[in-house]
Amino acid sequence: MKMEKLKKLTTGSNKSTTKLIATIAVIVILYAVMTILDATGSLTSLMKGLLVPVCAYSLVAVGLNLCVGYLGELSLGHAGFMCVGAFISAFFSKAFRGTIPDVPRFIIALVIGTFFAGLFGFLIAIPVLRLRGDYLAIVTLAFGEIIKNVINVLYVGIDGKGVHFSLKDMMALGMEPDGTVIVNGAQGITGTPRQSTFTIAVLLLIVAVIVTHNFVNSRTGRAVKAIRDNQIAAETVGLPITKYKLIAFTLSAAIAGVGGVLYAHNISSLTATTNTFGYNMSIMILVYVVLGGIGNFSGSIIAATLLILLPEMLRGLANYRMLIYSIVLIALMLFNWAPSILKWREEHGLKAIIKKKKEVQ
Amino acid sequence: MAMHQISLADDGYGDGVHRNIIFEREFLVMGFLTYLINGLSLGSVYALIALGYTMVYGIAKMLNFAHGDVIMIGAYLVFICTSNAGMPAIVSIVIAIGCCTALGMIIEKIAYAPLRKATNLAVLITAIGVSYFLQNVALLVFGSNPVSFTSIIPWKGLTFAGGQLKITGNAIIAISVCLVIMIVLMWFVKNTKPGQAMRAVSEDRDAAVLMGINVNATISLTFAIGSGLAAIAGALLCSSYPSLTPYTGSMPGIKAFTAAVFGGIGSIPGALLGGLLLGIIEILAKAYISSELADAIVFAVLIIVLLVKPSGILGKQIKEKV
Amino acid sequence: MSLLEVTNLGISFGGLRAVDEFNISIEEGELYGLIGPNGAGKTTVFNMLTGIYKPTDGKIFLDGTDITGKKTAEINKAGVARTFQNIRLFGDQSVLDNVKIGLHNSFKYGTATGIFRLPKFFNTEKKMDEKALEILSVFGLDKFADVLASNLPYGKQRQLEIARALATNPKLLLLDEPAAGMNPNETKDLMNTIALIRKEFGVTILLIEHDMKLVSGICEKLTVLNFGRVLSQGQTSTVLNDPEVIKAYLGE
Repeated sequence: MKMEKLKKLTTGSNKSTTKLIATIAVIVILYAVMTILDATGSLTSLMKGLLVPVCAYSLVAVGLNLCVGYLGELSLGHAGFMCVGAFISAFFSKAFRGTIPDVPRFIIALVIGTFFAGLFGFLIAIPVLRLRGDYLAIVTLAFGEIIKNVINVLYVGIDGKGVHFSLKDMMALGMEPDGTVIVNGAQGITGTPRQSTFTIAVLLLIVAVIVTHNFVNSRTGRAVKAIRDNQIAAETVGLPITKYKLIAFTLSAAIAGVGGVLYAHNISSLTATTNTFGYNMSIMILVYVVLGGIGNFSGSIIAATLLILLPEMLRGLANYRMLIYSIVLIALMLFNWAPSILKWREEHGLKAIIKKKKEVQ
Repeated sequence: MAMHQISLADDGYGDGVHRNIIFEREFLVMGFLTYLINGLSLGSVYALIALGYTMVYGIAKMLNFAHGDVIMIGAYLVFICTSNAGMPAIVSIVIAIGCCTALGMIIEKIAYAPLRKATNLAVLITAIGVSYFLQNVALLVFGSNPVSFTSIIPWKGLTFAGGQLKITGNAIIAISVCLVIMIVLMWFVKNTKPGQAMRAVSEDRDAAVLMGINVNATISLTFAIGSGLAAIAGALLCSSYPSLTPYTGSMPGIKAFTAAVFGGIGSIPGALLGGLLLGIIEILAKAYISSELADAIVFAVLIIVLLVKPSGILGKQIKEKV
Repeated sequence: MSLLEVTNLGISFGGLRAVDEFNISIEEGELYGLIGPNGAGKTTVFNMLTGIYKPTDGKIFLDGTDITGKKTAEINKAGVARTFQNIRLFGDQSVLDNVKIGLHNSFKYGTATGIFRLPKFFNTEKKMDEKALEILSVFGLDKFADVLASNLPYGKQRQLEIARALATNPKLLLLDEPAAGMNPNETKDLMNTIALIRKEFGVTILLIEHDMKLVSGICEKLTVLNFGRVLSQGQTSTVLNDPEVIKAYLGE
């Protein structure tokens, strides 16, 4: 009897594996469709340009979903971690352009970008995780803004003597004539090698989905979920709260950093503006997470893809497209969450109609 | 308080030998006072915006991200009334307050009220949607080019210490308007029936329902007051910083929200304190440290305050009962 | 040496003295009851014993080690587990996972092992599943292993909370009103369960309870708390016949 039970349980854990496979399948199908559209020339150049950013933002959304859905904390600073990953990896790639061959350089840039985004997440989490709820959200927002702000006044150059930093201007770097400025204040980093291809982006997205899936379905993940569900009970069964919160937040920030690395290696001029890495972007990513379903990684990816592509598809409507976008967003939220509408859907929705038909038969 | 410090600065200094040093010192003091007053003036505007955030948060337990954009709409309304229709400032302000009050109530009815029993995050995202909506409506109607807002306050202000210290009319009006509103609001919440209903709903919504309080009407009233104040804040903000675009409200909105958290979200005096402090820190940081890093410094101070006092300066700490 | 030795335990909230000069000594294997009127400070004692509140004065010794003022998680590792008056399960996780979380400190593998699904992950998870099912089957909950904890009926939720506490392998189990909200039949079942886990797990139990039938039926010793102070202490039958206790319960 025991064996039977165990077997049944393994089927239980297979359920989550099935979900994982379904998520990967969705990504692969989207990838195939886009590649075919591209090969037949049916993609506008704008759409083509969005393929890698869609993956980058999907990655950040997956990272944020880990934080919101499983750690149960609202972060409004994930664009900041993306920013760290983007700038550090772009810095590395530009600094070692010509010294290290392309492929290993990109791999190292990816590792460094991910590591530093995770490190920033870790350092920020130490003080921040003492706070709860909306206070935590506003402090992460503040950290995100600080990161963006500091990068905007940051000047870094390299010459024969080594690396020079300044928060004032280019002249203050005091560089030798042979030196090059790599990070140029508000102008950011220009000329990062454009190595993020759609294929690499999709592969990284799949890896991130597998990592997060395995994480939330492991011993550590259970502990994180327990803390989310009931912190006091989690303490009384002997879970070190801070440790697991830190692990989850750090992983979440690191995944956002991967998104940053992809993003940085896809554009020629990387700047930290409100719309690229400010709170606006953090909020946008939160929109993907909530709309796609809290705790649902594939949902985040689908929502990110649709919402990034939607304004492009609405381009024909010119000035009205962002207005329509906002109305769609409000309508979707009401449709998915308003209790009265949910009740109506239950009574008159598609499922109810199908059920009624069956009853009639 | 500012006036008091000005008179201190007038106090007789020594003579002769130290004149140069004293002159320099006086110059520094005057400079500092000017920044301080500018900071108070900006802080007053933040406080007015923060009030809208804090009241809505206290009563509806939601972050109304669209609040900053109501400010922008208010400023545009004042702009149309004064510059396009040539109305007197006071009439334009009244019209803007009326329109924004109505706007706030309509937004609440259409977008937030249906989600009252849904999760906080759903309401937050809806508020973001409303924020985009308002920005894009403004973009369609007014275009993306900044319009130049003419100050609604024609008064040039006061001059002290032989012209070294100027206090603009904008600053004096902003600070006084903010203080008056704050006092009236505190009286209103404490002593009137609707005010008491607001406090009751913020304390315990379910219990308030049982006590026969009309929760929907109370929340509606809160949005009305907050949005009306936003119109005033918009006019004051653009009188000091005259470039007006559809995105004007966004950053002050976020900062005012920060101010509300800073002072202790849900607390009216906290919004005042948080707003004023934030304004002063921002202006002083701009003047003495770096104008590019001013925002970073403001946010850094917020973080430090919250780490020392997790519920803000005047906020109440809520402990979970086991 | 007693398993639990508490001396002069006290706590103040602001000016309010919630518990004062609380002493208790529980021998290994005992089933001990903590009773008293509402607001007497019983749950506060539990909260101090488990480190949720830091006591203002007094000492708590578990098996000879001082655990006073330690962190909740540390106290659990030292051997104290508890349940709550208002049930606190991990509602969004399955019944099995709730118990597996209780096993967290007995079966270990690292975060990276989990992410990369190394062989140790599969071995340990299998052992955890077996152990968790074994504990669940004591309560007859094994057939609900896949159900979400929040979807269990109320009585079963209380049992699951006990199962989860037992999974942490405690020396001392604190039960906060285990029979609250149960009908007489369920209470009777509960009494049997408590007797059973005592035997199966060899655990010492301290319980808070209002149901006098349950208390007098299973507890060997009692402590009565009133207004934060110990009113009476000793063998169950002696305590229940103490005129002071009767007065406190029935009024003058």
